[in-house]
Amino acid sequence: MGASQQFCTFFLDGHVFGTPVPKVQEVIQHQEMTRVPLSPDVVSGLINLRGQIVSAIDLGRRLGLPERPEGQLPMNVVVRTNDGAVSLLVDEIGDVIEVEEETLESPPETLQGFAREVVSGVYKLSGRLLLALDIDRVVDLSDLTKTKGTREF
Amino acid sequence: MDEIIKDFLIESAENLDRLDQDLVKLEGAPSSTELLAGVFRTIHTIKGTCGFLGFARLEKLAHAGESLLSRLRDGDLTLNAEITSGLLAMVDAVRRMLAQIEASGQDGEDDHASLIGHLTELQSGAAKPSGVVLESASATPPAGATKVADVDSMPVQEQVDPGKIGGVLVERGHVSPEDLAGALELQELGRRKIGEILVAQGAVRPEDVAAAQQAVQARNPESAVETIRVGVNLLDRLMNLVGELVLARNQLLQFSNSTRDAGFQAVSQRMNLIATELQEEVMKTRMQPIGNVWNKFPRMVRDLALSCSKDVSLEMEGQDTELDRTIIEAIKDPLTHLVRNCIDHGIETPETRRQAGKEAAGVLKLRAFHEGGQVNIEISDDGAGLNGERIRQKAVERGLVTSQQAARMSDRDIFNMIFLPGFSTAEKITNVSGRGVGMDVVKTNVEKIGGTVDVQSTARKGTTVKIKIPLTLAIIPALMVTSGGERFAIPQVSLLELVRLEAGEGNKGIEMVQGAPVHRLRGRLLPVVYLNRELQIGLGGKDARTDRPTNIVVVQADGREFGLVVDEITDTEEIVVKPMGKQLKGISAYSGATIMGDGRVALILDILGLAQRARVISEARESALSDKEKVNKREESHSDRQTLLLVQCGAQGRMAIPLSLVARLEEFPATSIEMAGGQEVTQYRGQIMPLIRLSRVLDAGKEFAATAEGRLQVVVYSEAGRSVGLVVDRIVDIVDETLVVQNPAERKGVTGSSVIQKRVTDLLDVPRVVREVIPGFAEQPAGV
Repeated sequence: MGASQQFCTFFLDGHVFGTPVPKVQEVIQHQEMTRVPLSPDVVSGLINLRGQIVSAIDLGRRLGLPERPEGQLPMNVVVRTNDGAVSLLVDEIGDVIEVEEETLESPPETLQGFAREVVSGVYKLSGRLLLALDIDRVVDLSDLTKTKGTREF
Repeated sequence: MDEIIKDFLIESAENLDRLDQDLVKLEGAPSSTELLAGVFRTIHTIKGTCGFLGFARLEKLAHAGESLLSRLRDGDLTLNAEITSGLLAMVDAVRRMLAQIEASGQDGEDDHASLIGHLTELQSGAAKPSGVVLESASATPPAGATKVADVDSMPVQEQVDPGKIGGVLVERGHVSPEDLAGALELQELGRRKIGEILVAQGAVRPEDVAAAQQAVQARNPESAVETIRVGVNLLDRLMNLVGELVLARNQLLQFSNSTRDAGFQAVSQRMNLIATELQEEVMKTRMQPIGNVWNKFPRMVRDLALSCSKDVSLEMEGQDTELDRTIIEAIKDPLTHLVRNCIDHGIETPETRRQAGKEAAGVLKLRAFHEGGQVNIEISDDGAGLNGERIRQKAVERGLVTSQQAARMSDRDIFNMIFLPGFSTAEKITNVSGRGVGMDVVKTNVEKIGGTVDVQSTARKGTTVKIKIPLTLAIIPALMVTSGGERFAIPQVSLLELVRLEAGEGNKGIEMVQGAPVHRLRGRLLPVVYLNRELQIGLGGKDARTDRPTNIVVVQADGREFGLVVDEITDTEEIVVKPMGKQLKGISAYSGATIMGDGRVALILDILGLAQRARVISEARESALSDKEKVNKREESHSDRQTLLLVQCGAQGRMAIPLSLVARLEEFPATSIEMAGGQEVTQYRGQIMPLIRLSRVLDAGKEFAATAEGRLQVVVYSEAGRSVGLVVDRIVDIVDETLVVQNPAERKGVTGSSVIQKRVTDLLDVPRVVREVIPGFAEQPAGV
């Protein structure tokens, strides 16, 4: 029996993503956000997390997935990063599951672009694949040039 | 470590700092017995306590210093530079030993034999055998004498101390030493104060006691208030909690406004008042006078001046100016560096100074004062000043700018280059400064806390570095505005005034100069920035609505003013500045975020960053239009409808200048005019710009009284990178008119006349007027 790890899972555009449980601070309902003009468009805004100001990153946009359908409110997965708490906006929250290290495989060739850089591995679950995210890489937006990502409201 | 040793360390560290200052002061006034007594007491206390705690080496050293001091006190020796240096060396050694005690609990291996020998040697400079001195020194009263916080509530051991009430009374002859001794004994028995006892005995009158009490407080100002030591981290924590409380209070107030429950409203009002007061008081606990940082400068200046063989006198003004602790901490090093620089590079040697006709002693001046919710600190010297040419050269050598760029830069910009990393013009590297690290660190550190640094210098007259920093970083007053449907906070420090243009006036109130919107504010042209356009929000053609009033928030950044057009101005509010995540750090338009009463987040605008984004304070607008475009515009100018600048000048009356020919409108003080080759010129953005007085050119022969008024209105005209300034009496208006040119080119300098605003107005032929005065204008490109 190999080592196992607990993963917090969430759904985006039908895919199952996950990150090790200790990286996740909390999961909260959709929050009102304050937009940040001139910010890269993956930053949806700022939320007030009990007096702390936390940036909310649209994970789907960050990974280049199709936009969430109009009217569907995202959930916040607040993760701990090297630079403090950051909220990731996802479609839906899944269960906490235990995965075995031996089911880990390197990311498939079909993953394209930025997603391939931040998916650190794939766990084979029964009937599905769990894409493990490198959270610190996801929230580091230095790859986005300031002007390119600018969005007009 | 034992509590007692900890207390000893803290107390001694403070005492040593005071010793530094006192010794330097004493050097300036060697005959002050009061200062000498203070110095003596401090050393004595240290000696006494460390003897008690068993730090023999430290005691021995302090003893040597004390012996020397006692000879000074007895008048057997007079203080000179050598003795001062010796005593300061002792202070340093004591400090080192204290550090060792703090680290290891022991007073170290070094017994400082040579220093003790030196101190003894200094002592034997006088005739009396030193043994007597030593004895008399150790016979002085024991430690308690410098305890100041407990003037009259503790038993007084010493007999006649001028620092205590009893002492003062004896000194003034109100009471005999015998009576005092008796009263002191009584005081030790009971809990009554010395003054009460004496009055009860009928030995003194109550008013004498009161007078004595005042005298004591004047001598020991610290003794008037009781203090306790509190950890700094506790204060920080307290500040954070108060910040949270202020936010909760804001939320509560918002909530109470929406309810009709009178009881609840009353309670929340009360809560509001208490929170405000609490906030003020907690802020105060963190405020420290800047003197706390400056205190170490007299000693430092003295040592540095000696080591550079310079003569420097230090003047300080505004030591009481208070600042938040964190800011004090942050500016400590920058200030130290600047002071070092002044002595090392700024102030010349006494010989050089005399040759230059200055006093041999240079003056280094530190000044601190509050202004507009900010603290200003100025460090100035009356030294040689910065060498603009050398800085230019160095900047080019280091590849920081090209030689063309350097030639075009103004002196002010050039001087401020000393803040670039790796920049030092010092010819020799001394152990003091000149390594090229430092000035950039000064700037970064000051900017980190939201401050600005500026350097001004006049050759041979001296250099002044001006630092502006906020009072506190945690809670700031701000103006809340909305733009494009979002709320923003504008820190009050950058706010100048609010201007409201009523519905329909918006179009008239904001005019375009060279494609850039401006508002005429009491005769000045104020560049205008539309916040929503700058932030790219709420765009959709709505911003041109004229049915709504236009709100302009006049702000200043980096000494330049500009107007920010916002949709709505809501309120002023105390906000708690919170940092934003790293993901948003790169956006210069915001300095942080805050949480509003309704719990939502609002962004705090960084006015300086915004100004730079909008290029209000950079110089780029002029070059935004390439020369070619300008030529095109000029050709178009023959078409009928034109935007014209109306000016008033001399006997000619009103003149019109096509706005397309106007590069900028500027205002110069009359004092900035200089003469070059018989031509009036002024320094403008690093270039020498000729000035043409339109009234003189157009009415040749007539003599005009030199315009004595303070400021010149100048229309800047540029061609092929060259600029010339046309001096007019007044800028009248900017109009859009259909031109029907009549009487073409009858008189010189005029293309013709037209009826503008129902008045006949001459059209100025700018290129011709310019060539009339400066024949070869713009035939050579700039910078050659």
